[in-house]
Amino acid sequence: MTLSSADYSAIWLTLKLASLTTVILLVIGTPIALWLSRTRSWLRSPVGAIVALPLVLPPTVIGFYLLLALGPNGWIGQLTQSLGLGTLTFSFAGLVIGSVLYSMPFVIQPLQNAFSAIGTRPLEVAATLRANPWDTFFSVIVPLARPGFITAAILGFAHTVGEFGVVLMIGGNIPDKTRVVSVQIYDHVEAMEYAQAHWLAGAMLVFSFVVLLALYSSRKTKAVWS
Amino acid sequence: MIHTRLKLNYSGFSLDVDLQLPGRGVTALYGHSGSGKTTCLRCIAGLEQAEQGFIQINDEVWQDSDKRIFVPPHKRALGYVFQEASLFPHLSVQANLEFGLRRIPRQQRRVDMAHATELLGIGHLLDRDPQNLSGGERQRIGIARALLTSPKLLLMDEPLAALDTQRKNEILPYLQRLHDELDIPVLYVSHSQDEVARLADHLVLLSDGKALASGPIGETLARLDLPLALGDDAGVVIEGHVSAYDADYQLLTLQLPNTELSIRVAHSPMAEGQALRCKVQARDVSLSLQGVEQSSILNRLPVTVISEIGADNAAHVLIRLNAAGTPLLARITRYSRDQLGVHPGQQLWAQIKAVAVLA
Repeated sequence: MTLSSADYSAIWLTLKLASLTTVILLVIGTPIALWLSRTRSWLRSPVGAIVALPLVLPPTVIGFYLLLALGPNGWIGQLTQSLGLGTLTFSFAGLVIGSVLYSMPFVIQPLQNAFSAIGTRPLEVAATLRANPWDTFFSVIVPLARPGFITAAILGFAHTVGEFGVVLMIGGNIPDKTRVVSVQIYDHVEAMEYAQAHWLAGAMLVFSFVVLLALYSSRKTKAVWS
Repeated sequence: MIHTRLKLNYSGFSLDVDLQLPGRGVTALYGHSGSGKTTCLRCIAGLEQAEQGFIQINDEVWQDSDKRIFVPPHKRALGYVFQEASLFPHLSVQANLEFGLRRIPRQQRRVDMAHATELLGIGHLLDRDPQNLSGGERQRIGIARALLTSPKLLLMDEPLAALDTQRKNEILPYLQRLHDELDIPVLYVSHSQDEVARLADHLVLLSDGKALASGPIGETLARLDLPLALGDDAGVVIEGHVSAYDADYQLLTLQLPNTELSIRVAHSPMAEGQALRCKVQARDVSLSLQGVEQSSILNRLPVTVISEIGADNAAHVLIRLNAAGTPLLARITRYSRDQLGVHPGQQLWAQIKAVAVLA
């Protein structure tokens, strides 16, 4: 008894979803985290709270509101329909949107902490050495915040792999399109296929442990700003 | 010529200065912590923006708030040395040094790697990791890194304050070499009179965000109306030129600027004509009515009394003197003042018990 082709398809879909979500989150999360770590605006706290919301909300709540927004009568749904894209509910694109929201704090918060830890001095030094802000970002901020980027990517990826509630609410259970590993396990259990469920659940367990092990071992050395 | 006019208000602090500073040599911004000297420097660098400001360095305008001009720091041809060396920990010493250098167009480079490493004595450190260096070594690299941007103005924010005395003494000679060998104007923030006396040509005294005085170092230190004169440290800086050397007694004769007067100091040989800077503390100067006197005191100069003020305690007074154009300060007891009948315009002899050679 090993994994079925439906299981492999679910695994592939999950990896694709998690990779895409992580890349999108690193791209949009970096400027948000940079802004949160530098701004003195009153908007800092509200934005920080919104970013952290997925940490505390039940995934079904996020899924519910997304379902409304992405659906045919929701504002995003209206927009996608007017662009000729149809609605995004029960599609892979819809899952990506849901996952980005759901995993957002796991990417933004490590980045924000890493940027805050750098402080303003290295940026001032770079400016007095003629580096413009973009130059400073790539030649000073990124290398100094590297551990933060690694943590953010690992956590964002792993958290998306573990997603269940949001997927079920907005993506349903469509093979090859929205049926990810966590949903597949649920299906197996519902169908009393415990052996199948064991294989997948065990694989998830090992995967999660390895990810966290890699994360904690990478934190041994820490650069000191001098 | 450096012109800076800055007005800035934080909660509980305001800065309001209008300074015309020489476009060459070392200008010290001197004052206690909270006097606004670092804020001044940061505004000149563009790291902070004064609400109202005008900053002109020779022929370049860096800020003119009336015309809404504010050149961002990375477009200002300046070098900045922070209190902590602030080397990039992810780069080697060599890469730190090259960070600014690589960002300067080749034709604008006036300081090269060989020159900078030789000036600061850091050639042997290039392959090292910044984390494994002493504080003094790190700061020398920070200074070289700033110099390698070929700045039109070098800003130094208490570069020695984070170091112990031994490390300070290790760096000071290098700073003096910069002063002597490079033609880059320096603004040097410090709260140490000793550093200022050794390095600066021009002194700006800041207090509570205002400039109390701005002038050549010798004159400014000798002014009695400034808080500098108070305290045990009061004294003047004299920059003279070597006119003779007595190898037998190992004494250097130092001619005071624009006069025939000279003083002699114990020193190693120096060539004639070389400049030497000394500090004469007010407590080491005594006054007498007669010039000829048998005494172990080497230096005796004819002086004219200019004015007097009370010193930091009731028993003493400070007398400001003029030795043929060179200002001197004497700290004497009120009793002696009355015995000698000291009054402005009076001709006296100043006996200098000790001369500290600074550079």
